Amino acid sequence: MAHARSGLSWAFAALVPLVFLGVFFAWPVLAIVRLGLRDGGVGEALTAAPTWELVGFTLGQAAASTVLALVTGLPVAFLLARCKVVGSGFVRAAVMVPFVLPTVVVGLAFRALWPDGGVLPIVLANAFFNVAVVARTVGGLWAHTDRRAEDAARALGASRPRAFASVVLPSLLPAIGSAASVVFLFCATSFGVVLVLGGARYRTLETEIYLRTVELFDLSGAAALSLLQFAAVLAVLLLGGLARRRRETALSLRGQVDVVHRPTGGEWGVVAVAFAVVLTLLVPVVGLVVRSLSTVDGWSLAGYRALTGTGERGTLAVSGVDAAMNSVRTATDATLLALTIGVFSAVVLVGLRRGRTPWGIGEALDTALMLPLGVSAVTVGFGYLITMDALPGDLRTSPVLVPLAQALVVTPLIVRIVLPVLRAVDERLRQAAATLGASPWRVWREVDLPLAGRSLVAAAGFGFVVALGEFGATSFLARPESPTLPIVIARLMSRPGQLNSQMAYAACALLMVVTVAAVLLIEKLRVPSSGEF
Amino acid sequence: MLRHVLAAAACLSLVAGCSVSGGSAPAASDHTVTLVTHDSFVAKQETLDAFKASSGITIKQVASGDAGALTNKLVLTKANPIGDVAFGVDSTFASRAVKEGVFAEYASPEASKGAQRYQVDGSNKLHAVDVGDVCLNVDIAGLAAKGVPEPTSYDDLVDPKYKDMLVVEDPATSSPGLAFLLGTIGKYGPTSWTEYWTKLKANGVKVVSGWEEAYNQDFSGSAGKGPKPIVVSYASSPSAEIGEDGAPRTKAVLDTCYRQVEYAGVLNGAKNPEDAKKVVDFLLSEKFQADVPEQMYVYPSREGVKLPESWEKAAPLPSASQTLPAEQVSANREQWVSQWRTLVVG
Amino acid sequence: MSLRIDGIGVRYGAVEAVSEVDLTVADGEVVALLGPSGCGKSTLLRAVAGLERPSAGVVAWDDEDLAGVPVHRRGFGLVFQDGQLFPHRDVAGNVAFGMRMHGVEAEARHKRVAELLELVGLGGYQKRRVTELSGGEQQRVALARALAPRPRLLLLDEPLSALDRALREQLAVDLARLLREAGATALVVTHDHDEAFTLADRVAVMRAGRIRQVGPPTEVWRSPVDVETARFLGCGKILPADVALDLLGITVPGRVGLRSTALRVDSSGTLEGVVEERVHRRDHVRLLVTVRDEEFEAVAPVAEPPALGDRVRLVVDPDGLAVLGDQADRGE
Repeated sequence: MAHARSGLSWAFAALVPLVFLGVFFAWPVLAIVRLGLRDGGVGEALTAAPTWELVGFTLGQAAASTVLALVTGLPVAFLLARCKVVGSGFVRAAVMVPFVLPTVVVGLAFRALWPDGGVLPIVLANAFFNVAVVARTVGGLWAHTDRRAEDAARALGASRPRAFASVVLPSLLPAIGSAASVVFLFCATSFGVVLVLGGARYRTLETEIYLRTVELFDLSGAAALSLLQFAAVLAVLLLGGLARRRRETALSLRGQVDVVHRPTGGEWGVVAVAFAVVLTLLVPVVGLVVRSLSTVDGWSLAGYRALTGTGERGTLAVSGVDAAMNSVRTATDATLLALTIGVFSAVVLVGLRRGRTPWGIGEALDTALMLPLGVSAVTVGFGYLITMDALPGDLRTSPVLVPLAQALVVTPLIVRIVLPVLRAVDERLRQAAATLGASPWRVWREVDLPLAGRSLVAAAGFGFVVALGEFGATSFLARPESPTLPIVIARLMSRPGQLNSQMAYAACALLMVVTVAAVLLIEKLRVPSSGEF
Repeated sequence: MLRHVLAAAACLSLVAGCSVSGGSAPAASDHTVTLVTHDSFVAKQETLDAFKASSGITIKQVASGDAGALTNKLVLTKANPIGDVAFGVDSTFASRAVKEGVFAEYASPEASKGAQRYQVDGSNKLHAVDVGDVCLNVDIAGLAAKGVPEPTSYDDLVDPKYKDMLVVEDPATSSPGLAFLLGTIGKYGPTSWTEYWTKLKANGVKVVSGWEEAYNQDFSGSAGKGPKPIVVSYASSPSAEIGEDGAPRTKAVLDTCYRQVEYAGVLNGAKNPEDAKKVVDFLLSEKFQADVPEQMYVYPSREGVKLPESWEKAAPLPSASQTLPAEQVSANREQWVSQWRTLVVG
Repeated sequence: MSLRIDGIGVRYGAVEAVSEVDLTVADGEVVALLGPSGCGKSTLLRAVAGLERPSAGVVAWDDEDLAGVPVHRRGFGLVFQDGQLFPHRDVAGNVAFGMRMHGVEAEARHKRVAELLELVGLGGYQKRRVTELSGGEQQRVALARALAPRPRLLLLDEPLSALDRALREQLAVDLARLLREAGATALVVTHDHDEAFTLADRVAVMRAGRIRQVGPPTEVWRSPVDVETARFLGCGKILPADVALDLLGITVPGRVGLRSTALRVDSSGTLEGVVEERVHRRDHVRLLVTVRDEEFEAVAPVAEPPALGDRVRLVVDPDGLAVLGDQADRGE
């Protein structure tokens, strides 16, 4: 198991995802940034005071949103991972719904409550989206950890919060760290929310890059900001990686059946908080549904009926239902691709750690995988335009770019959810399997995968939802004759007329229904041969 | 063992790819023309089918963001264009596109039927397909409820009786917002427009990022029933707000309009230039131009095309809209926008 | 059909965890690797299993060098100190695991699982969840699991250390019987003498990465090869021959090690001593007595133990003595 030879082959295996990232991410981004650097003026842009204000605001609002998402997501994670309570299935699906909503719609929903926008609604809206990330990522690991350590602490006299803080929290830190880094990156690159709620006053690096690249064609300014964004993201990832490295140790993993129990005493308080959080999340959602049903003249289902057609005077190229099917198909492709690369990468990362290869390679791969989350979709999209024609088959207008671009964003999520659980598998358990005659491949199949099974399912569900709701890259790259639901919604919202408005909200409702259905379906799937897990 | 993993990964990715490209991709025949457009391009399927039947050309549409994004993409890829024909470059960005050599010259016979009125320059590289004016829209009932008469000009807006009633979009992030700003610059001139906006700001103008929020949330005349009765929108918007009695609920203030023209042209280096020219002709043809109002909420550039009935009543084409020369806009836009920002948003 | 370890060394960086170890385990023999914590015995075991790569030497089975043979092809079973049962499978699933890996059919697997569970005294436990089992039950399942695929060699890494005293003793007896009945060839690693002597046909004493002495349990017990080994095997006091003769009146060829049971309180004894300290144990009383200004440990019966300060008569029990083989060769 600890052969130098296997260490080397793991290093080679690491090349596969790195090459994927290199071709479909690094190369386009570098190309477009280089174009900007060539035009000059980057130096001035970098030293101008407004630039640093932008950086400050970007990082500040992202940090605040991250903290809020963590605080509200942890009780939900607890509910999902440990409690056998009526309604936890509902919570599991409901918490994912905000994540899939297009940012335009969410922005509008929050604006209804804070008509003038501002920092508070930005932070709230960002946190709103990302509670799901925390709940699922942390919940994924929490669902497997053994509560005996916690019980031991309680038996030694620690109060419940004390036991939590000193025993449970440290063991969850890898997952919390993962969730925090992902949420931070999402919030730092959040576009629609800042655009709608920030008005003209509050801008982040992301909106500014969009502005400069797309509207002003100021590539040098955009390049400068992209470099800053990249540096900030890299710094955050490296810090997060350092924090994580010390924490990912072997945990005693238990099956889900053992761990889930009815809450006792003080735990009901946490469950109550979790339900409160979820209900709060649903308020804007309910508002949307109400908007989809209300007209000047009272309630009506006109919006929903219109979805089966193409809207008023053919606003849409396809019917709303067809768009839903397109969404599902594209998201499936993206999820499969991301699962393949993501699980492969997670496996490689674990193998690298176990094979005792030099520290650098694993961390480099880990950080590299996360980078797409922190770089503007606009930069990547424009980068594709100037690079993809060099590959065989002009991919620039190919439909395959959409799931590819979506997969770039979904893969790091999958890695972050699956990796802590894979790392927590005790090496000796794998050795036991080996001595019983399991070849290395069989050990993965028989030990690692079943133990990480639930987290794999959670990752797949999550990735699917992200791909469903993805708008930035998709709007850039999608074929007009096969729009996805978020694009349809954006198109409907950009037209006047009551019916269009209703249809837009009805399409949002449809998107939410598809999400919930997908999540429930994926939950039903179990990793094969995993027995009671 | 790694071999197994790699093999499995390769297989899966092959399978996934199938479901994407297995969609309804049109057969790439010799007569396929790739039409690059912005996101708001809509064409009736019957019209497209009729065109295909008569000419044998299949139009493959690629959407590319809004007008600005479209232009920039075209410029970025001019060495190896992503299509044969482009539609959607508008008056704000036209001169940049022409300067960068994105379009090829083509003197379309259909272009002299009305499109020539909106020419960018004499080079025949761009042909006007449609015209859309950005004007102030007012909520008739809303203003009546507040007891004020409808404003009729830019000057009216700085009158205290219209305090806190106006919502505009940020010209940096919104195309109608930019058009409105250009309109005020056209009216008051490049030196005095700042004064005008200072007064507007003092009169409580609200700024939002995009048309969706302004129209759907802040405007009182739309389904959103917001608080503000005056909004920057399109001359065609009132045609969507017709009440049950047939009378439009909103109205465009025709003296506050700025003309935006959308152009199409054959791309330089197109793979299929001959068919591309035929597609440009098609975009300028009677059939397509007749669909333009209902499909895209803009006015046809071709003369003599009949507008839909509801439009005749509610959304007539403004006759005295502002325009600024394309060169001037191109040269000063960024500076004007940042001046505006400092002034109005601070 | 035997294991031969030839000059094995394992190093971690600059540290030599195991050096120059020679050992054979014959067919059907149980050898115990006995030594204090950190002496390298577990490392040696893992090297045999293939989980550690030796930096020197050869591990051979039936004279076939196992250097290129990966873990899963060696056919060596391994029982861990904490069982390491698969939490996602029930008891039957765990026990049948090895057989599944070797492609044994379901029918045959069921039979053997039932057979083994009977053997370890857990008949009928097939459907139980492993996480519900007690420590002792888990170790027994681990044992059954390791035995199921009929391994050529069974390796046990401190199999009973994690259990409580009473259970440990009981299970040691059961384990010894099991190994005998199965005719297993086994290498057991332990730090507990009782365990080693209960289970093994031969004991190899290990210290600081090297094997110090190998031999049948009684021989090792009676004649430890050097002072440290003697101390490890319970000799609290080492006396040179002349002092032994002088103080205790015993004649020994070399140095002698005295265990706590070497001196016993007996009214018919010739030695006299004064009780300085007294500690009660389960089934005897441990005393510290002074005999002619020299302190010795002694034992007394639980009923009517002497009081502090009493003068007592002591007799030497030869079972409590160990004769150090100072010039002895450390042959196998």
